[in-house]
Amino acid sequence: MTASRGSAFERAFQAEHVGMVGGGIEVRLAGTLEFADAPALWREVRARLGSAAPAEVRFDLSRVDSVDGGAMALLVQAKWDLETSGIPCEIVGAHGGVEKILELYGGDATPKRRPREKPVSTLEQIGKGTIDLLLEIKLVLAFFGSMLLALGGVIRRPGTANWHDVPPLMNRVGADAVPIVVLINFLIGFVMGFQSAVQLKQFGANIYVADLVGLSICRELGPLMTAIIVCGRSGAAFAAELGTMKVSEEIDALRTMGFGPLRFLVFPRMLALFLVMPILTLLADLVGISGGLLVGVTSLDLTMAGYLIETQKAMRMWDVFQGLIKCGVFAIAIGLISCQQGLATSGGAEGVGRRTTSSVVSSLFALILIDAGFTMLFYVLDL
Amino acid sequence: MSTPLIAVEDLTMGWGDVNLLEHASFEVLRGDIFAILGGSGCGKSTLLRYLIGLETPKGGSIRIDGVGAPSLEVGRPAYGVMFQSGALFGSMTVGENVALALTEWTSLPSDAVDAIVRAKLRLVGLSGFEHHHPSEISGGMKKRAAIARAMALEPSLIFLDEPSAGLDPVSSVELDELILTLNQGLGLTVVIVTHELQSIFKIAKTCILLDKKTKSIIARGDPRELRDRSEDPEVRRFLNRTTEDA
Repeated sequence: MTASRGSAFERAFQAEHVGMVGGGIEVRLAGTLEFADAPALWREVRARLGSAAPAEVRFDLSRVDSVDGGAMALLVQAKWDLETSGIPCEIVGAHGGVEKILELYGGDATPKRRPREKPVSTLEQIGKGTIDLLLEIKLVLAFFGSMLLALGGVIRRPGTANWHDVPPLMNRVGADAVPIVVLINFLIGFVMGFQSAVQLKQFGANIYVADLVGLSICRELGPLMTAIIVCGRSGAAFAAELGTMKVSEEIDALRTMGFGPLRFLVFPRMLALFLVMPILTLLADLVGISGGLLVGVTSLDLTMAGYLIETQKAMRMWDVFQGLIKCGVFAIAIGLISCQQGLATSGGAEGVGRRTTSSVVSSLFALILIDAGFTMLFYVLDL
Repeated sequence: MSTPLIAVEDLTMGWGDVNLLEHASFEVLRGDIFAILGGSGCGKSTLLRYLIGLETPKGGSIRIDGVGAPSLEVGRPAYGVMFQSGALFGSMTVGENVALALTEWTSLPSDAVDAIVRAKLRLVGLSGFEHHHPSEISGGMKKRAAIARAMALEPSLIFLDEPSAGLDPVSSVELDELILTLNQGLGLTVVIVTHELQSIFKIAKTCILLDKKTKSIIARGDPRELRDRSEDPEVRRFLNRTTEDA
């Protein structure tokens, strides 16, 4: 064996690289190998071995007095990396405590080659995504069916429903959401007023801002924005709440006590949503129109009475009812999706987070889809 | 002679292609403290879920008090269950947790319900805690409250999933004493899933030992006798871990 001097570190250990016959390298380590010095050792060993591309490598630990777990883990990993890349490697000379640590960290084991994951093609990903989506839709529809059965049970025997939770839930879903619903819808009306004013002013048709804001808010934006807010606030809360109950076995406990989760937990939530959403939507309509009114009075030289009379002339009661019909369906969709996602939770805190996110995303998607469906239906029926 | 309260015949449990237990049969006698033992992952808690009706068997049958497959959410429950985590409802006080089943399944006036709640909590050593929320009491107290809740409707059978898990030795011994009191004083049949051999040798009259490899029951009988006399090395190895403590 031909020996050539390598560099030594100014650490608690020394490392010496010695060339071997046939192009191999022997790394002679001495002193104390500690985790604190391990990064320096790791960089040095990898840099030297990587650049030299030796035929074989041997780590000689015969002069190592002690080693800790972190340093040994890195040394063993370096050995495995070399073996995996086809360079024979061995660790020799370990004795006493060093040998025990070496055994503990699998220094004599052969590295297992990790099977390379087969890349998934775009087509396969689209297919898998579609199947997952269809399965989710199937689960929501099955849940809807179970909920209808539970509703039938409640209608037959009203005493079996959990009415007690409905008022506090209505408070949470409705009263607590009033400030944000008012603020968002007022700003929506305000922005719509400004945007339409810019165009209508060109034709001297300032007064029609009232028509545009009133109809858009009551038919479309009021119910939709309210539903989006309720979905983000209460839908997410329902999913997280039921999901947490599921993973902490509270749902199982309820079932063993003879309480069906649909009647006891889902029914009051859906009822609260169904009762409160129309009220929030009417409020949204009112403040949305007020937002447009503010623009009309302050920027378009309209009087308050003129603006309100024009709004009244442009709108029919049916326009408001359209929004209320939509919001009833929105309430059912938010309740169904969020509660179904919550009750389908598994896998601890991470599962709760995943289902809560999924609940909000699915609900938003459903809301937009339902809204588009209703708009088309009302247009086709000329309503 | 005691008659079986629970009769399990040829039970196969699992999901999809995976079976945790195959063709298992056993009986739980009235008034027994019956322990389900086994290593981690052998399906002890899962078996409990089948016994209480939360899962449907792939094969075989479970009869409780002569009645077929336990049906949840239909009528007043025939037994009480204490889950591993206690599973108290966090939005309710301890007293409301215990009162829940009473208000649902009885026509008792509220003051009578309150009296029963206080009595149940006194029985498990939680007098005065009826207005506390589960987040305000310790792990051992939660388990006691869960036992009180499980006993609210005076069941003759109670299932306990890992009652001593995560408890300090003193709380664990106190819980064992409570289970013995309920069994001897009230004649309650107790089915218990646990890892705590020390506790089993102290309170259980009968046990079964599940084996993950063979997916079967490899021993049944008095846990002390099995420990001392079983010829199966696997059974002796499992039960002799705490011989010196028992």
